[in-house]
Amino acid sequence: MALLSVRDLRTYFVADEGTTRAVDGATFDLYAGKTLGIVGETGCGKSVTARSILRIVERPGRIVSGEILLQRDGGYIDLAKLDPDGREIRRVRGGEIGLVFQEPMTSFSPVHTVGDQVIEAIQLHRRLDKARARARAIELFRMVGISRPEGRLDEYSWQLSGGLRQRAMIAMALAAEPRLLIADEPTTALDVTTQAQILELLRDLQRKTHMAIMLITHDLGVIAEMADDVVVMYLGRVVEHGPVDQIFHAPKHPYTQALLRSIPGIQHEARVKLPTISGSIPHPFARPAGCPFHPRCALVMACAAAPDGVCCDHHEPELITVEEGHSVSCHLYRKKGAAVPLALESAR
Amino acid sequence: MSTIVTPPPTAVPPQPPAAPLRERLTGQILLDVKDLKKYFVIHRGFLRRTTGYVRAVDDVSFQIQEGETLALVGETGCGKTTTSRCILRAIDPTSGQILFRTESGKTVDVATISKRELRPLRRQMQMIFQDPYSSLNPRMTVLDIIGEPLLVNGVKSRRERIDRVEELMRLVRLRPEYMRRFPHAFSGGQRQRIGIARALALHPKLVVADEPVSALDVSVQAQTLNLLLELQNTLGLTYLFVAHNLGVVKHISDRVAVMYVGQIAELAEREALFRSPKHPYTAALLASVPKPDPRLRGQRKPLPGEVANPAAPPTGCYFHPRCAFAVERCKVERPAWEQISPGHWVRCHRARELTLPGIETSSTVAPAAN
Repeated sequence: MALLSVRDLRTYFVADEGTTRAVDGATFDLYAGKTLGIVGETGCGKSVTARSILRIVERPGRIVSGEILLQRDGGYIDLAKLDPDGREIRRVRGGEIGLVFQEPMTSFSPVHTVGDQVIEAIQLHRRLDKARARARAIELFRMVGISRPEGRLDEYSWQLSGGLRQRAMIAMALAAEPRLLIADEPTTALDVTTQAQILELLRDLQRKTHMAIMLITHDLGVIAEMADDVVVMYLGRVVEHGPVDQIFHAPKHPYTQALLRSIPGIQHEARVKLPTISGSIPHPFARPAGCPFHPRCALVMACAAAPDGVCCDHHEPELITVEEGHSVSCHLYRKKGAAVPLALESAR
Repeated sequence: MSTIVTPPPTAVPPQPPAAPLRERLTGQILLDVKDLKKYFVIHRGFLRRTTGYVRAVDDVSFQIQEGETLALVGETGCGKTTTSRCILRAIDPTSGQILFRTESGKTVDVATISKRELRPLRRQMQMIFQDPYSSLNPRMTVLDIIGEPLLVNGVKSRRERIDRVEELMRLVRLRPEYMRRFPHAFSGGQRQRIGIARALALHPKLVVADEPVSALDVSVQAQTLNLLLELQNTLGLTYLFVAHNLGVVKHISDRVAVMYVGQIAELAEREALFRSPKHPYTAALLASVPKPDPRLRGQRKPLPGEVANPAAPPTGCYFHPRCAFAVERCKVERPAWEQISPGHWVRCHRARELTLPGIETSSTVAPAAN
């Protein structure tokens, strides 16, 4: 049974200049003890998806349709239907679902000690007096690997290094023992050796607490390192969804394939021409019709060439299951049974 | 059957593969940095008394040959950007020499020459910045941005400037029709190309690129890296490439210098450094990079601790508190900068005896042809 089910979520930003479909039909499940990686480039809607779940989407953005079902007491509550300022969602936010942001520098107030902020978070969700809450904060700091936790509690966020700040942020997110931790680019602002420490910490905490993790990043290396399942997003759409090994070793969507090829990896041959994805990510107001990736896709099918007249520049593809637990939204896979179309094989 | 539709006009057309190193090099040393130091003074209190120094760059020496790419890599605060800013004399170094071979074949010390003598040199050393959003003036058109260095350097005729800007825009694969647009009309990758065109306007010899692709999306990063390689081949440019992303560094460089707390820990040819690193810090860095392959998961142990404070560095080797191979000697004696095999320089007491794991270049994971 899924801990959290997102069903056809759509979050739009309606402004005078036009409507941005930031999230446009996202569907995925999160399970206890598992990590779901959400990967995509700028404007793919990965952060707005996370903000939608917690109901902290900024105006003029709002959820226009879809369900966000959180399992509770054997049933489900739909977070999408809750009042974003109401009591109920505040119980979920920081309580059942913890959040870690990208920038630990701006996520803490500079005028209060980190200890006070963590203690506040604890008291929001737990009925503990100040002394007990402080003891709990020390325990949390120790759990996330902060040395001398008693002293660190009385420091300000700007006195901590980037790695320590991110650890303190994670401690705060874990204050109420959430069942789900949403980590939005948790290591993007960190150096590579610190990143390795934080990823190890998240893995370790998951083993101990069995929480689900939703890991949002643009870094495919981090995804390969951490995720059990992967959702690849492009311009608000889920283009591919599957087990991590399938995504990296048998990707189906032309975008996923091209993305993986274009990374300059440290194991790759140097100074050769990298395969690129032509063009750039379209402006959200100029979202292409049909499949949002079609103007950049090397395997785009024009109307005349497409079987049954369904083509990439007119018809938006739906997610199609290509094998157990692996789905892709691409017209190349529309025919039932044909797992890998000819055009794709020749492109490999 | 599927039809391959012509890619949109912004696409980068096929380019020749990068020329091998030997063909690119002229054998001349373009830049020779000797014992470069940059200390920042720490002031405290009302009287602004000097209470200490931040050793941002501490005894850095390296050479760059004409036509090659040297990458400076390291974590936040390691001094890689400060080093590059000293070389461009954007800041004055505390001590050391920066010997630059000018177009006329003369060698000058950029570290000490007067501002007046520096002016004509600036043309020969240009910079590409990290952030394509803040490094372009939003109130200037592309024509004015790329044309400004021309104007400053005496190209007074507007017609001449327009022609040259047109040529430069073609060179970086931007459409010259767009030269009267403002930066906001361009995507991040296109803006970075505007910055590259501006840097190339005066035919520089040395291009210092400080994190030129780290603000770009992965799909756009590859286009920019291809362009930089291609420009190097066609224009014979020399790059000093400052970056923290080891994948990018591996891709673009000929030689790599790894910096740690203001010093170069290791400097070697690219393949040697990646395959058989000699400094434990280099090995730890390589192991920390998340590899885009879930089957390689869990093959690393994170490096403990944090980067040392350059205002109060540890005794002995700066890396010893985090080093798994540290011995007594490392705690007390600062290691010397030594060449342990031709072209392979290391600052480590145990470099000769240690065998450290590196990264094998794997042909199976090499990017497939498009």
